[in-house]
Parts: sequence; structure tokens; C-alpha cells
Amino acid sequence: MTHALIVENLTKRYAPDRPPAVDGLSFRIAPGTTLGLLGGNGAGKTTTIAMLLGLLLPTSGRVVALGHDMATDRFAALARMNFSSPYISLPHKLSVRENLTVYGHLYGVPDLPARIAQLAGELQLAEFLDRPSGDLSAGQKTRVALGKALVNRPDLLLLDEPTASLDPDTGDWVRSRLEAYRDATGCAILLASHNMAEVERLCGDVLMLKQGRVVDQGSPAELIARYGREDLEQVFLDIARGTRAEVAA
Amino acid sequence: MNASLRRVWGLVYRHLALFRRSPPRVIELAYWPTLQMVVWGFVTAYLAGLQNDLASVAAGVLIGGVLLWEATLRAQMGFSISFLEEIWSRNLGHLFVSPLRPAEMVAALMVMSLLRTLVGVVPAMVLAFLLYAFNILAVGPALVAFFAALIVMGWAVALGVTSLIMRYGAGAEALAWSVLFGIAPFACVFYPVSVLPLWLQPVALVLPAAHVFEGMRAALTDGVLLWGHLAAAWALNIAWIIGMAALFMGQLRVARVRGALINIGE
Repeated sequence: MTHALIVENLTKRYAPDRPPAVDGLSFRIAPGTTLGLLGGNGAGKTTTIAMLLGLLLPTSGRVVALGHDMATDRFAALARMNFSSPYISLPHKLSVRENLTVYGHLYGVPDLPARIAQLAGELQLAEFLDRPSGDLSAGQKTRVALGKALVNRPDLLLLDEPTASLDPDTGDWVRSRLEAYRDATGCAILLASHNMAEVERLCGDVLMLKQGRVVDQGSPAELIARYGREDLEQVFLDIARGTRAEVAA
Repeated sequence: MNASLRRVWGLVYRHLALFRRSPPRVIELAYWPTLQMVVWGFVTAYLAGLQNDLASVAAGVLIGGVLLWEATLRAQMGFSISFLEEIWSRNLGHLFVSPLRPAEMVAALMVMSLLRTLVGVVPAMVLAFLLYAFNILAVGPALVAFFAALIVMGWAVALGVTSLIMRYGAGAEALAWSVLFGIAPFACVFYPVSVLPLWLQPVALVLPAAHVFEGMRAALTDGVLLWGHLAAAWALNIAWIIGMAALFMGQLRVARVRGALINIGE
């Protein structure tokens, strides 16, 4: 199987006298699947995503996205990837339509007006398409961010906490849209999230990160069974607090 | 449209949309060049009255200097501030993970800089003609070469400023407004290079602007075009723009190593 994303021994060390932020991370994501990246604050999730996108250069290791080595050929991969994070905004003064137009041009989207109209329909953006992005509610902004992330019909989608600060109804709606897009297109998704219910629902496999290293991995069901817990949140707490040994005992 | 040109247009469109939604930004572009021109126009009129010598002063050396220097200032600020707009709107991360190449980003910032310069300087030129009967076009066809040389120098300085912003983050933002004011004394905008102390003259002569203003004065007062100065200005521009582009690319790489692009501006 050709993997959408191959990560081999990825390491980031910001300074020689500090421990690595990411230490020897390796994983693969197949088309049409979602991999969850779980870990507490400072576990290395954002650093990992930044390296996968080429925003941050790894100290060592290799990333191959959609068949392109990100060290030497990242722009070919970036045209078929996209990214969403509540921590990076779209220009607030521009309308939703203008923002989607900007990114449609940057990603070389064919027949852009039709694509924007399609996204407006699918993501319910039509009612505020010509309003400044900065005037929107958190839920509306998330839908716009999702629109930007899907504007180029990506084959690989990196999502950093896509439903952070959303009410349960809106969060559920976003997850439904992501599932529908993935199932319809075969897009591979990497999802970093603190929402364990979201990870259980969307992810076929999960990497548990702690201090930059993978401390466990498997499907949500496997992890829950391995730790003898009822849900992924309890597993997360066991790993974060280092209580796995007691649980296993 | 070619894919690369389309990406450049995408970023230009982003900034044009910003101006369309913010009339005060457009007014601000023309405000300072016009104000500068009005003040220096009155200074010129005052000096002409004192000396009763229109040959040296009323020939418009001061107003011409103001207009040309404003082109440099606006070109540099137009580039640097357009880059800062991306930081202020926290959009830089999206841009750097899009297929937009660094060279395309620089090209888009240059286009915006040129547009901002034209919007800023052309009204001042028209006003200089209406208020003081000063016609900058009297310089002749070389005017285009002078203006272009100064705009390219503005871009070279802007690439340096942008590099420092990537290196030092928000702490270097003030340079976007101030750096050219520090260079102005050596650019010899209002006086010949020979006025400077001998040891400072080599400093002036490595700046393209000093050669442009020497050429402008000769064209306005003597009606001659000093090709040597024009050639020197362009040769220096090529050297400066290559050097600053290398610095920009180097700092971009350093920022990618340090992770500075993730939280730049914070």
C-alpha cells in the first residue's frame, strides 16, 4: 500500500543542552484513514505537525508526504495537502469569500468560484460568505477554517485541535463533515486533539505522545482494552500521570 | 494563468482586498508624502525669497529630493508593512504551509510595494505642480530610471528589515518605519555628496540613492544626465538586492530551524 504520509525517526532538538521536543517519531498513514496524535501540553504534537508541514526543519529524520520528500520537494506535496488550526487565523478584515479566493489562488484551485459555492453549500457558509471573517462567531470561524482546509480537495489533511472551543453540537457537525470528506475522497487525516471522544470517533489508530516520544499506540479499542479502562480519556490520564504500571498490575 | 503568477496574484489580491475594506489605509498612503511635499515646498519658497535666487533653489532640488526620497520610503515601507500585515493577522503560518514559494511571496510584496508607492507619491507630484509649479517630469525620461532605482533600493532595504523581523520577531517591527530615516543623511537627498566629510563620502557612494540624487540635481540644475551615476546606482542596486535576498533566504531557513515561524509576532 502506498502511504499518504511516511514519517521515519523524526527528531527535533531546539538546543543541544535541552531534551528533544520530538524524539525518534515514526509512523505511517494510509489513504482514507485517520491517525490521532494524543498527548498533554508540551508532548510534541504541534512541533510534529509543524515539521510535517515544512514550517519547522527537523534535526533528523525524514517525512515523505504524498510521495514527496518534504526536505527536497515540499511544494509539490503542499499543493495536495492542507492544514487547519484554531491558533493560526485567516485575515480578519477579509470576507469569507475573499479569504477562500486568496487560498484558492495559492493552491491553484480550478474553477474557483464554483468550488467556493460548493464549499458554501456543504459547510453552510452562504449566509456569511461576504461578511468579514473577524466578525464571525467561533463556530462560524471554524467552518470557514474548514473551508480553507478543504478548498484544494486535499489528499492529506493535518488538523490541530479542529474543534477546540466549540460547543458540542458544532463540534459534532465538524467531525461529521471531516468523516464525510475522508470517506468520499480517500483523504488521509492526521488529527491532534485533546478531545478523546473525537479521537475515538474519527481515528482508526492513535499515537500516544509524552515528552516527544511515542509511549503507546494502537486503535482506540486496543488501547482501552490494554489499559483496562472504559474510555480513551482514562487511558490518556494513565499515560500522562505515569500510572500505567499500577493499572497493569 | 501560469501557476506561479496565480499564487503571486493570490497574495496581491489578499492585500488589495484589505485596502478595499479599509479606506483609511488608502488615505494614509498618500498622507505623509503629500505632507512632506507641502512642508518642503514652503521651505523652498522661503529660501528662494531669502536668496532671491531661483536658479539654485526654485529649480526644485528640494521638492524633487522629497518626491524621489518618498518613493524610496514608500517602496520600503510598502514591502515591509505588507509582510507585517501577515504577522499581525496571524496568517503567516498559513502562507508558509501553502504552495506559495518564498520568491513568489517576495514578488507579491514587491507588487504591493509598487502600488502603494504610486498611490502615495503620484498625488504629491500632482500637488507639487499645482501648488509650486514644480514639474518633476522636467527631469526627462531619466526620471523613470531614477524612480525605479530608488524603488529597488527600497526593496533591498525592506528585504533586510523583513529578515530582521524573522530573526528578532516583534521587537524588530519598528525598523519597518525607521530604518530609512537613519540612511537618509548618507543618501544625500538634499545636498551633494561633496558636502559630507571625506571619510563619510565612501559610505554615501555605496548607496544607490546617493548616485540617483547626484544625477537628479545635475538634471534639474544643469539639464545634463550623468550616465555614470545612473549606472553606478543600478550596479549597486543589483549587488544590494542579491545580498539582501540571500539574507532573507538565510533568515527564513534559520526561522524554520528555530521554529520562529510558528509563533512569530507573539
